[in-house]
Amino acid sequence: MAPPLPETPLLSVQDLSIRFRTDEGLITAVDNVSFDIAPGEVLGLVGESGSGKSVTAKALMRLNPGNTVYAPESRIVLHDEGRAIDVLALKRARDMMVVRGGRVSMIFQEPMASFAPALTIGQQMVEQLLLHTDMTKRQARTHAIDMLARVGISDPAARIDQYAFEFSGGMRQRAMIAMALSTRPRLLIADEPTTALDVTIQAQVLDLMRGLVAEYGMAILFITHDLGVIAQMADRVAVMYLGRVAETGAVRQVIRTPVHPYTADLLNALPNVNDPDAPLTPVAGDIPSPLDRPTGCVFHTRCPRMIPGTCDAAVPSAHVVAPGHMAACFALAGVPA
Amino acid sequence: MSTAPHPIHVSLDGLSVHYALGRTLFGTPPTVRAVDGVSLDIPRNSFFGLVGESGSGKTTLGRAILRAAPVSAGRITYRDAEVEVDVGALDKAGLRDYRTRAQLIFQDPYAALSPRMTVRDIIAEPLEVMKITKSREETDERVRDIAARCRLNLEHLRRFPHAFSGGQRQRISIARALAARPRFVVADESVAALDVSIQADILNLLKTLREELGLTILFISHDLSVVAHVCDMVAVMYLGAIVEVGPSRRLFAQPRHPYTGALFSAIPSLDPDDRGRAQRLEGEIPSPANVPPGCRFHTRCPFVQDRCRSEVPAWREVAPQQHVACHFSEELAPRLTRTRQPDPAA
Ligand SMILES: Nc1ncnc2c1ncn2[C@@H]1O[C@H](COP(=O)(O)OP(=O)(O)OP(=O)(O)O)[C@@H](O)[C@H]1O
Ligand SMILES: Nc1ncnc2c1ncn2[C@@H]1O[C@H](COP(=O)(O)OP(=O)(O)OP(=O)(O)O)[C@@H](O)[C@H]1O
Ligand code: SF4
Ligand code: SF4
Ligand SMILES: [Mg+2]
Ligand SMILES: [Mg+2]
Repeated sequence: MAPPLPETPLLSVQDLSIRFRTDEGLITAVDNVSFDIAPGEVLGLVGESGSGKSVTAKALMRLNPGNTVYAPESRIVLHDEGRAIDVLALKRARDMMVVRGGRVSMIFQEPMASFAPALTIGQQMVEQLLLHTDMTKRQARTHAIDMLARVGISDPAARIDQYAFEFSGGMRQRAMIAMALSTRPRLLIADEPTTALDVTIQAQVLDLMRGLVAEYGMAILFITHDLGVIAQMADRVAVMYLGRVAETGAVRQVIRTPVHPYTADLLNALPNVNDPDAPLTPVAGDIPSPLDRPTGCVFHTRCPRMIPGTCDAAVPSAHVVAPGHMAACFALAGVPA
Repeated sequence: MSTAPHPIHVSLDGLSVHYALGRTLFGTPPTVRAVDGVSLDIPRNSFFGLVGESGSGKTTLGRAILRAAPVSAGRITYRDAEVEVDVGALDKAGLRDYRTRAQLIFQDPYAALSPRMTVRDIIAEPLEVMKITKSREETDERVRDIAARCRLNLEHLRRFPHAFSGGQRQRISIARALAARPRFVVADESVAALDVSIQADILNLLKTLREELGLTILFISHDLSVVAHVCDMVAVMYLGAIVEVGPSRRLFAQPRHPYTGALFSAIPSLDPDDRGRAQRLEGEIPSPANVPPGCRFHTRCPFVQDRCRSEVPAWREVAPQQHVACHFSEELAPRLTRTRQPDPAA
């Protein structure tokens, strides 16, 4: 078995479109999204509420509910030790184990959701290790205690036998990180892992994650609505709006020289602590309801640069503005309408 | 705007809200000191920020001012052009009148709005419950006036709240809170649940309403960057107590308490080159049932000295209008400034 070439992405998402069957009709949550994650890379996925971040993340582990419809051309490929796993083609629950808690792990915004209330932290960590590794029960427990110590939980040998509700918010988040990393996944999906935490605790958790990424060399899909967190954590970023990727690029490119009107507006709307006298400029208008999806460019109802007759009629495709930096917008120089 | 010093709208003098935690077989039950001896002056017409970590007592303090949390000790004095009242001593009639003067804007507009009422009825409800208006016409006029100020039109008033986006719902809750024409409002995490693209809009609206209606706003938030932008005064709360208060510009330019400095430092910077530079605070906020002796911040303070563990720091003015509770504020100030040091590597 040949090792994967260095250029092979760890994960490749192509033309991913996700709809939900609901009483009110089909809702489009993700529309033609493509991105790659290289081994060891941290990709930030940023966007406001309802932009489709969580639905995209859950698709990678096939965790979306029964009313989900994946468009036929959608492809999610995980490259693992020379194998290419076609995630959306996995049929049996057994086959999905590889993307659920094995090679891919996920941490959630609300840590209580990922711990079963009736089991101790230790029982859950051990169970997961038995499922995904060939450790014995004894080895698994020792490893779990070690992981809890690594994330800064004091007296881990005693605390491992406690329940999640006995932990503070910050400790629960650490325990969840310990559990997610214990199987040494190649890809960690972190969905708003620090949003519920105070800034002081968030800073600790981000430091911890940065250290572990460097040590384990795993890739992270880091989901947040906070561009500051992205600036501090990600190598590259994809900005989502209403289920589409508006702009992608290296973090410095996108934050310092945004080219998509939505990214630029979002950065202007942010209060900047270094310049409290700067006026706050909201993005015009409101986010449209998912039942009332705009035609053409989904941002056209709020865009200051919208070109009538073009932006409301056609969908702009991704355009390369600099190496590795892409945006989907008709107002960019050289984009055909 | 006049340049004369603002009179005080609400003043707190040694305010405490303590809760008894269950019962124990032996000895006295432990006490949760949610708010612990707070003295504070909130100037009239100010946009007054209250910041601090989760559990520091911000909501409890706001609720105590609105007579919605039990006061264990201390005094709350409310003054406007018409009345001066001791809030803790209000009788039933006094309380009814007070509720028209001091109001709460709800934290979570989703939970606060009844799904079966039209927007008009939601905004009108406090007027009707408090019997402020005499006729349906008068109510409608009030509702239309405040709705227009909150940029809601007649069409909006006929609809139900589920048809609105987060930003619109927040405008509905603001209109509801302001319908009775209060002079003082507590806005508790009013933009925390909102996306940044609409958060700025609500903050600008609150600023305008303060000017137009002459409001005093106690703005509770854990987001310092938001507070830096909208508030003219800021109080920093830690474990039930105020550790620093001052005019925002001064406090942001030169924090005087190590906790204020740490809170600033923890805000994720938009500059990717700032990675790993921030000064970090270790540990978590202790339980308010077990407040550390001496300086209550000493278990996490990076600059702690022996004296801090036993001696409660005095509350003192270290710069005009800037007060702080730290023994070593003067020596530490240069180490707490947020001005970025030039990068030696650059
Ligand atoms: N099971 C479902 N059935 C119907 N619609 C759904 C379902 N799950 C998600 N959606 C819709 O898909 C869209 C995208 O949702 P998603 O949870 O991915 O947003 P998000 O970007 O993660 O937002 P947030 O920042 O609020 O977490 C939303 O409009 C949501 O209402
Ligand atoms: N009714 C109550 N009984 C007992 N304890 C209470 C009660 N209300 C609040 N507390 C406690 O008082 C402390 C302060 O709570 P409070 O809600 O005021 O904090 P906060 O600063 O508003 O936090 P957050 O940022 O999470 O909203 C907390 O430890 C809380 O658990
Ligand atoms: S395509 Fe048109 S509407 Fe969309 S972002 Fe660009 S200019 Fe604005
Ligand atoms: S009094 Fe001491 S422990 Fe408290 S903030 Fe000042 S230096 Fe830190
Ligand atoms: Mg989400
Ligand atoms: Mg609160």
